[in-house]
This record gives sequence, C-alpha cells and structure tokens, in this order.
Amino acid sequence: MAASACGVKGRGKAPDADFWRGKRAAGKLSWANWPGYMQDDQATIKAFERDSGVRVTYREVIEETGPWFGKIQAPLAAHQSIGFDLMVLTNGIQLEKCRRLGYLAPLDHARLPNFEKYAGPGFKNPSFDPGNAFTVPYESGVTGIAYNTRYVKEEITSIAQLFDPKYKGRVGMMSDSQELGSFGVFAVGADPEKSTPDDWRRAAAKLRRQRDDGIVRKYYEQDYVDAVSKGEVWLTMAWSGDVYTMAGPDVAFVVPEEGGTSWTDNLCIPSTAEHPVDALTLMDWLYVPEHNAPLTEFVNYITPVPDTRRIIRADAQKASGKKAKELTRLADSPLVFPNADELARLRRYRRLTQDEEPVYQRAFEPIPRGA
Amino acid sequence: MARRGRFAPYLLVLPGGLWLLAFFLIPMTLMASLSLQSGNLIDGFRQTFHWQNYRDGIGVYGGVLARSLGYALAATVACAVLSYPAAHWIAFRAGRHKTRYLFLLVVPYFVSFVLRTFAWRQVLTDDGPLLGPLKDHGLLPTDFRVLDTGFAVIAGLTYNFLPFMALPIYVALERVDRSLPEAARDLYAGRAAAFARVLLPLSLPGVFAGAVLTFVPMAADYVNAEVLGGPDDTMVGGVVRAEYFDNGAYPTASALSFTLMAVLLVAVLAYARALGARNVLGDAA
Repeated sequence: MAASACGVKGRGKAPDADFWRGKRAAGKLSWANWPGYMQDDQATIKAFERDSGVRVTYREVIEETGPWFGKIQAPLAAHQSIGFDLMVLTNGIQLEKCRRLGYLAPLDHARLPNFEKYAGPGFKNPSFDPGNAFTVPYESGVTGIAYNTRYVKEEITSIAQLFDPKYKGRVGMMSDSQELGSFGVFAVGADPEKSTPDDWRRAAAKLRRQRDDGIVRKYYEQDYVDAVSKGEVWLTMAWSGDVYTMAGPDVAFVVPEEGGTSWTDNLCIPSTAEHPVDALTLMDWLYVPEHNAPLTEFVNYITPVPDTRRIIRADAQKASGKKAKELTRLADSPLVFPNADELARLRRYRRLTQDEEPVYQRAFEPIPRGA
Repeated sequence: MARRGRFAPYLLVLPGGLWLLAFFLIPMTLMASLSLQSGNLIDGFRQTFHWQNYRDGIGVYGGVLARSLGYALAATVACAVLSYPAAHWIAFRAGRHKTRYLFLLVVPYFVSFVLRTFAWRQVLTDDGPLLGPLKDHGLLPTDFRVLDTGFAVIAGLTYNFLPFMALPIYVALERVDRSLPEAARDLYAGRAAAFARVLLPLSLPGVFAGAVLTFVPMAADYVNAEVLGGPDDTMVGGVVRAEYFDNGAYPTASALSFTLMAVLLVAVLAYARALGARNVLGDAA
C-alpha cells in the first residue's frame, strides 16, 4: 500500500534464469487446488507420498480464478511466500497477469521427463504459455450446459435455450467474465477466439437483455452445482467434470451445438515457493499414466495424458457391476477423451492484449454485478 | 503531581490515537490518493488526479449504490421495528431473568456470519424444508421463491445485524428512570401517550446508536447480497470487493469506496440533525 500511494512501478519482468540454482528437495510441499479435483480419500496424493517420500499438504482453496488472484497478488508482489508451492490456475486473464508480473517460477524441463514423454500433443506448447515455460496442464475441461431432467422436459442442445423466456427465473449463468462473455459471443453467432470489440458489444447487449427480462436467476461461481441439483435453476452454464463428480443423478450435461468453451487448468509454481523442487517432482510424477489414471477416473475431466485411457479400460475389465459400467462410460466419454470432431467445436477464451482487456472487462463485468 | 496531571489526558489518548493514525488515517490517505491514480497492475499506477475514476464508478455503478442505501434503510427500519418491542420487554418485564434473555439474543451470533447466511440457503431453498410443504399443500404457487430476491437480501441483513440495534435500545431503555412513565400515567396520560411522549423520546439515543451501528455496515455489506440475492439485488460492497480483489482495479475500487463513505457520512449527519443533537447524545448534551 505504501508504494501504491506514490505510484507503483511496473512490475512486469523477464523470468529469472537462475531460479533453480541452489534449490534442493525439501521432502515436503503444499498444494492449492479447486474443490472436486482430487479423490475424496486423496488416494493420488497418498500414492505420491509413498513413491517419493515427499509429504504433501493439500488444500482446496480456489473456487474462481479472480478471487484467488486477489488473495495471492499482494504477497507475490512483495516477494513473500503465499504458503503454497504448487497451485492450479486456469488459462486466462489472471494467469496472463501472473506470467507477466513474474509471479511464476520458470519450469526446469530437464526435471520433467515424464511430461515430455506422456503429455498429449494438444497439451504441449499452448498459446497461453509458449513452450510450457511456466505451466503444465493438470486437467482440461469444457464449459457447456447442465440441466435438471426433473424439470426440463425437452432436450437441451443449444445456447439459444439459455435465452428462452419459457425458462424465466430458472437459468444460471457464470459470473466469470471470460466464461460469460464467451457464451454471449456464441449466442450472437460469432467465434469467441476471433471475436472483436463489436462482437463483445452485441454479446453484452444480449446478455443484459437476458438478465433484465428476468431469465437469469443468478450468476454463479462453482456453486451452480448445488443450485441445479436442487432445482433452484433448471439449466445453467456448467463445467463438464463437476456434473459427474458433484451433481445429483438427474443432472445432464451437454456441449451445445454452437460450441463450448474449453479451458485448461494448469499446475504452476509461485515464484516465492519455499519447496519448488518438490513441486516439480509432483508435476512430473502426475504425468506417468499409471499415476494419472486413478485421478482421471475420479475427476472426469480431460486428462493431458492420453495413455490413461488404456489403463482406465483395463481397470473397467477388472472391475465389476456398477464400477465397471462407470469406468467404461468414462473411457468412451467424449467429455473426457474428446475426438477430433468434438474438439473442433470447442473454442478457447479470447486472448486479450493489455489494451483490449479493459474494453472486454467493461463490456461483461458489470452484467453479473447488476449494473 | 500537578505537572503529571497536565499530561495525563494526552497519555491516556495516546494508544488509541496511534492506533487510529496507523490503521485509519494513513490507509485512508493512501486510498484517497489511489482513487485519483490511473494505470494497471502490470505497468503500475501513477498519480494523475484522474477524477474520471469517480465519474466512471458512479456512471456504471450509481444504480447499485442507490440500491445498497435503499436495502440498508429498509433493513434498519426492520431491525428497529423488530428489536424495540424485544428490548422493551427485556428491560421492563423480564425481571431477574434479564441476563438470560440478553444472552439468548446474542447466542446465534456465536456462529460465523457467513455460515449463518449459507444456512439460510439450505432452509429457504425452493423445495426445501420450509417452502416445500407449503407448496405441496397449495398454500404457495409452485414457482414462488424467496432465494435470489431483494426480499431475501433485506431479510438476511436484518437478521445478521439485529443485536446491534437491540442492545443499544435495551441499554437506553434500561437507563430510563422508572418513575417518569409512572408520573406520566399519574398525570392522566394514556398508555400510548406515556409511551410516545415520555418513554420513546428518552430511548431515542439508543435508537440512533442502533441505526448508525446497523445502517453503515449494512450499506457496505456484500455477503448477504452475494449469497442471498439475484442479479438485480447486488450491492456496492460486492462491486468494490470484486474490483479490488479480482481485478486489481485499485483506483476504481477506491473511488467507489470514497463515494460510498461520503454518501454515508452525509446520511448519518442529516439523520443526527433531524433527530436533534440533544436526543442523539442523551443527557450528555
């Protein structure tokens, strides 16, 4: 605060090439993750602890990227520890800020051989982090529509149905401006990845009408899961894997015909991490297909390790009854292992330049805030 | 002795004064400066006396600000109406059980206020334990709901801040000399007149303290609106929180905070003036 009063110097800076010099394994690490992103009994973490001898403190403290960035920004700017050595950040505005502000440790790829060997082609060298300089993917997912079949008596196939007056007061939308904006852009028939400020204006006008006509009941973070399971909203924007892990049995998920947003949650190491070597060890360990399979079987998101599918099929054959059916569904699920056609319908968030970001935010941010 | 006595008052004020200086005046000054800066998190912020921050903030969020004041006012009135009779009963009728009832009044507040607000979502959900049976018996239309409405936000505010109104009123009533209302009755005032012309004016300092203690934090509250409200029930506290924490838009957040603070200050001063300084400060004035 003291610095901000007299003007804050720009803090964007190049990664520190000497980051890893003198850093040693400490035998412990702490990890910040999202709810629903690890087995309830933390089996994957326990397996890692057995294999590596590293003790892991695991906390599910992230529920939306914006508020999480708000929490870590001040200590990182002051070069202080945030208490975590590993965190999971979605590609997007906040990850971009962390990269440019030098808040992330540059990854030492010499220590990530399994990433090199097992990461699927779509997961290496992503546009939001060229050369995986700071991040490796944890899981990817799709934003589509979840609906409660107890109340919705037709098939939901399109984003346009989120704007149908017949569902007045029963529609949920997401409050994150990149998620909300992308769906608005789909709704006006444009492509989010290539959208222009003019598309944003039209999309914002449409979303605003949807709100003012009383169609939207509420704008959600991750709490839409609860609302759609209880029937407070009947259909809502949703993240694919959540619907399998956390929603009730009546809730279905669909990738709309207009397309869905796809995003990647990434493992990264804060620049002030106290145990970065151990964090790097965990990153690499997760890429071994045998290690990754149990995690993917639970979280139901798109794993960056395609070889996992083989193991899940084998597990399905070994298992019996309900568990076998569940694993077979998983191995065949387009939402966990999408094929090329399905991938073609998915779009990433628009990458925003520093000048575009305020324009984009001004278009969409006031909408969930009721202004 | 005399010399020491001269400095004693200053020494007594010193700890509180330093506290206010470090944790109130300095941050306020910095925030005032921040509200006039321009820039962004990556390039940094610079002092440019950018008054546009205020114009932009009020331009976009003026409606939300007005709504916050409206909700806070409604909830303050609700708090007063609900807690006056309770405080009156405890002060005049509870006899030796007074402390027990006062304790009961504050017991719910031993649970975290965020938790209590979330608990409301479970109780008030559309087909939940409260509304479900009423709908099943046809007492409410099937699409009736409480959650995600302005009513839920005002009700949540009222519930969460009730003791801050009830306790000052209780204290004010407790201080009233019992013989004064009795004297009014002896002089042929009816029950209503004795209350309206004697007891109520004497307890006004408590109502004023309660109103300030509830109205000001309620106008800035964001938890109730975010948890219990819908898209048309947002409050300015939520906007400030999001601008500050989610976006790192410090100047906009600071400008909105100062606008809110100025409006609250004017509102409270106007209220104090309307009630009259004597009533507000009680016997001390």
